[in-house]
Amino acid sequence: MPLLEVNDLVARFAVRGGDLTALRGISFSLDKGERLGLVGESGAGKSVAAFSILNLIARPGFIASGQILFEGKDLAAMSERELRKIRGNRIAMIFQDPMMTLNPVLTIGTQMVEALKAHRRISTRAARDIALTKLRKVQIPSPDKRLDQYPHELSGGMRQRVIIAIALLLDPEIIIADEPTTALDVTIQAEIMALLLELCEQDNVALMLITHDLGVVSQVTQRMLVMYSGRIIEQGPTREIINDAQHPYTQGLINALPQMGEPGERLFQIPGSMPSLKNVPTGCPFHPRCAFATDQCTRLMPEYVRSGNVDVACYEVSNLIEQEKRMQEVES
Amino acid sequence: MTTATLSRWDRFRESFLWYSFKRDKVAIASFIVLVSMVLAAIFAPLLAPADPYDLAQINIMNSELPPVGLDGSDPAFPLGTDAQGRDLLSTILYGTRVSLLIGFGAVVLQAALGILFGLLAGYLGGRVDSILMRIADVQLSFSTLMVAIIVGAVFKASFGNLMFGEIAIYMLIFIIGVSEWPQIARTVRASVLAEKKKEYVDAAKVMGFRTRRIMFRHILPNTLSPIFVIATVQIANAIISEAALSFLGLGMPETQPSLGSLIKSGFDYIQSGSWWITLIPGLVLVVLVLVINLLGDWLRDVMNPRLYKG
Amino acid sequence: MLAFLVQRISQAVLVMFVISVIAFAIQDGLGDPLQQMVGMSVSQDEREAIREEMGLNDPLVVQYVRFAGNALQGDLGISYFYGKPTMDVILEHLPATLELVIGASLIIVIFSVPIGVFAAIRPQAWLSKFFMGVSTVGISIPVFLTAIVLIQIFSIGVTVDWFPQDAGWGQWLNAALSTEGGLPSYGRGDDLTPLFGTWESGFFSQGGILHLILPSVSLASIMLPLFIRLIRAEMMEVLQSDYIRYARAKGLSSSRVYFLHALKNTMLPVITVGGVQIGIMVAYTILTETVFQWPGVGLMFLEAITRSDIPLIVAYLMVVGLIFVITNTVVDLIYGLVNPTVKLTGKKA
Repeated sequence: MPLLEVNDLVARFAVRGGDLTALRGISFSLDKGERLGLVGESGAGKSVAAFSILNLIARPGFIASGQILFEGKDLAAMSERELRKIRGNRIAMIFQDPMMTLNPVLTIGTQMVEALKAHRRISTRAARDIALTKLRKVQIPSPDKRLDQYPHELSGGMRQRVIIAIALLLDPEIIIADEPTTALDVTIQAEIMALLLELCEQDNVALMLITHDLGVVSQVTQRMLVMYSGRIIEQGPTREIINDAQHPYTQGLINALPQMGEPGERLFQIPGSMPSLKNVPTGCPFHPRCAFATDQCTRLMPEYVRSGNVDVACYEVSNLIEQEKRMQEVES
Repeated sequence: MTTATLSRWDRFRESFLWYSFKRDKVAIASFIVLVSMVLAAIFAPLLAPADPYDLAQINIMNSELPPVGLDGSDPAFPLGTDAQGRDLLSTILYGTRVSLLIGFGAVVLQAALGILFGLLAGYLGGRVDSILMRIADVQLSFSTLMVAIIVGAVFKASFGNLMFGEIAIYMLIFIIGVSEWPQIARTVRASVLAEKKKEYVDAAKVMGFRTRRIMFRHILPNTLSPIFVIATVQIANAIISEAALSFLGLGMPETQPSLGSLIKSGFDYIQSGSWWITLIPGLVLVVLVLVINLLGDWLRDVMNPRLYKG
Repeated sequence: MLAFLVQRISQAVLVMFVISVIAFAIQDGLGDPLQQMVGMSVSQDEREAIREEMGLNDPLVVQYVRFAGNALQGDLGISYFYGKPTMDVILEHLPATLELVIGASLIIVIFSVPIGVFAAIRPQAWLSKFFMGVSTVGISIPVFLTAIVLIQIFSIGVTVDWFPQDAGWGQWLNAALSTEGGLPSYGRGDDLTPLFGTWESGFFSQGGILHLILPSVSLASIMLPLFIRLIRAEMMEVLQSDYIRYARAKGLSSSRVYFLHALKNTMLPVITVGGVQIGIMVAYTILTETVFQWPGVGLMFLEAITRSDIPLIVAYLMVVGLIFVITNTVVDLIYGLVNPTVKLTGKKA
């Protein structure tokens, strides 16, 4: 049994004049100690997917249907009270912008101690000790001083280290990191990513990494999902997808990476932009931007087909596979 | 049909303002109430059964008659009479007229002052800005009502009671206009600062337009919607300020009453049971101010300007 | 900290200087002390001699310096009407006003915080909509009118006989809508407890508190809707922020998220605006005190205006100006102390 299993999750936003669907039935799983990448453009539903796991989508968003099985128990069906015992304790989150994540009017110490006290019967003194060891673990300079400081007294990189320390406080099974380095200076990004990776490996914590940076995904994760317009269009082992992407969208994403092109060559761009939630095209949502689109693509969302170890939702791919099969039959 | 051939009315009907107005029941109701009150005030001389300024029409024997429906009422006086025997309906109609006149007048004055000082402060910046805004801060921290009371008291002391009564309308417009200008000035300044950064201002400068022309022709039109929103709310504030001043005896005299001075004159009789003299004008005042405030709230939601916070 | 303190205090001194110039201008422009002191019978020469002796012919700057010097020593002249130092008159009346303001502030704090927070947490609840509706109407009612309505309902009493007396439901409705009245609406009553100096307090006796109810409710009624709206708006903005979502992601209880994480951030701007508003409340005491004949400085000021008691008017201006300046400065300092992101250098970090 995987540690976390998401089945056909649908999330909507209640707005005037009908609900907007942000997640259109996504399914994936995460094993113990596994590192999973969630890739896509902004607006693809990556963050909604991440936040919906702990039922923390911002209002007016809500989980409409689907299961989120954590150790066999459905988080989507849990009461707020039960869910609270999971949040921060068994599944921790790291947010995008460390400047906005820590409460500006509470000291680092308060914000660490309260997280411990929310889940364990523990004295403030003992909680501070734990907080201190975790701060040491994330290699913050003079950690004992930090506890009594306010967030604004720390640099962005240091704050993100604090947030990683808070994520580790209760030794969770899963850490969900929503673009943990996007808001940081480029020079610090690699440092923080390396630290996160190291700590997850050390404690065998499963990591769900949401990012739009394919480079980071290829370095850090073992498996990856590619999201487009609220759907997972391709998922499988990271190396396989990066080396041989099946879906035209994923291919486009990889080709758009600078290091993949020749020097002086113009960077590849996927034409058009992702549809907004208000008018998602019928059929495969990518078809208006897809070079291989046919009539078939405009009608029905394609089913997943397996190519190697990768699941992909694309008619072009499934047709190719069928063709190959037929060729093999003919040959034999 | 091209845009150029659209009349103003057509353009208005296609605007978002009209669109959201049609869908907002509160705004429509407030607008209808406000318009009927304004019309009633403008045509008070035609609508009112009696002329409250005409001493010959007043009979002291009719004093303190209750509104129709209560014991001892007289059908000639539908809302009853005040302590001097004046028909309350007529005095309220005339009083609403005075209150609205002062409210509008004061807002026109403060808008003129506020726009001028706000533009100067925002566009010129530097010392002009810091001096003007410091004055505005001090005045606001004193509260506009306090400033109005002090100015009113000084005027009343220097002009004397009689003289003050005669020119009270102008005095009140002046007092309230002067004491409330910082509100508009701060809003104008804030939007000027935002507009100043935009390219069209640089373009105008490069083209060699003079400062005055840039300020009034280029920047001002772009700050109008926040001014419009603030001004709406300020009319309500001015009417309340006028009522407060009149209630304190620093406003309209009883011979030429506003809603505030009607409430004041009625208050002396509330202990004797004649509640209508004070509470009916009070109700009219509250409804008037409320519908203006509701329209202001609606405008703010629709236009969503960057208002000065605080 | 020191730089911040110096900056704020020098600002306060500057404002006080401006106020004193205005007060001096009023005194100089309106008050002819001679007229009040001597009658019409004194000859022109004698008048001139007295003027010279009193320094009324000195240059304005000299006169202002003398005025300011005296003011600094607490000497703001003699009241025409009371015939004693204006400062003494003000100090006699000040406790009544302060107690009114304290009473109103208590009401505001006790009601605005829970209502504002509730309306922010549950914006869709009918109770929230009700409170917001009431506060919109509340903003539109002038304070003196609230006071009058309160007097009518709770002091004079209302007898309702609109419904048929012969039917049980009619009787019940009539009784339910009628009020007995009886709450005092005039002055402070006789049960005052001497505290110190000229301070006699109404807080320590039933009679004193009963007399305080209507005036402080009226005074609170203007600010309460404002505070409810402000707290709600600020809180709703805070609740949208990432750190609130993060606090929930840590598994904290809702009460801790709302009442520590959200409320602390909400109250920072509320303190600034609130402090200024409490200062502004002094202006409204004039109206409230007039309606209730409350013997505070507001009523005293209004009476001074009708009596053309120029020295008392001027003294009131100076004292009220001082109160405004002190509250604003103290509020700034408190804000600096409470908000860790203000490094007390006067600028936000």
